[in-house]
Amino acid sequence: MSAPDSGVAYGDAVTIGDRLPPLALAPLSRTTCALFAGSSGDHNPIHIDSDAAKAAGLPDVIGHGMLSMAMLGRLLTNWAPQAALRGFGVRFQDTTQIGDAVTCSGEVVERFVIDGEVRVKIAIAAIDAAGSTKTAGEAIVALP
Amino acid sequence: MIDRAFTGKALPKSILTIEAGRLNFFARAIGETNPIYLDEAAAKAAGHSSLPAPPTFIFAVELDAGAMARALVEMGVRLNRVLHGEQSFTYHAPVYAGDTITVETRIGDIYDKRGGALEFIELNSSATNQHGKPVADIRAVVVVRN
Repeated sequence: MSAPDSGVAYGDAVTIGDRLPPLALAPLSRTTCALFAGSSGDHNPIHIDSDAAKAAGLPDVIGHGMLSMAMLGRLLTNWAPQAALRGFGVRFQDTTQIGDAVTCSGEVVERFVIDGEVRVKIAIAAIDAAGSTKTAGEAIVALP
Repeated sequence: MIDRAFTGKALPKSILTIEAGRLNFFARAIGETNPIYLDEAAAKAAGHSSLPAPPTFIFAVELDAGAMARALVEMGVRLNRVLHGEQSFTYHAPVYAGDTITVETRIGDIYDKRGGALEFIELNSSATNQHGKPVADIRAVVVVRN
């Protein structure tokens, strides 16, 4: 059994209540928004152009929801090989502002057998330093 | 209000050949440190045929093609009023650099809340590779602030 703060390893006897090793991210920067826009193909100016963001009623550019989801993807693939990932879904609950320091976390909430393999459902969330949940959902991962 | 008759409409196919450089760029943009996502030699040493596409990357197929944005405009939606509400993927097979991915999308339910102040558009997609093998099912919910 791992220490609670370091999280459970994928190869361990994973049980309900186990936590994945959290992923603490640097405060969101405009550079990250720009690079994510270019690499993801989402060029919506509210993520890259402060003037356009203000014209849309926002205080500044905001992080892409899919950037937040990609970070949750890193949480999952840091824990288990991507080939074990069966499903991954989120709701975008709040916008990520420039400077928000988000931590991605996951907790095993179900364990079941389907199609002959043992799978776990992991509740996942991206939460900023003030405790505001930006993105939350769940992933299904097959165990070894 | 969005015409509910758009429900069930199929969008034009989106097709993208995924280049290794694009995957490396995406991986660096999200701060990825695992070498299998950054370095083709490391990916191959780990048993992959090439750089793997991270779990959310295939969303780029439709974004690059602009199919979803064009459909929203056709539905009378102003793009600067659009928020991403939900997103999910169900995975069937891995996607690697060099794969050509085709995404086919149908508009699902269209509904509103708060007396029409918010409208929701569900988009259901299937992604297949160049061998015709399904790689993922994709569901998005777009929120329009009226």
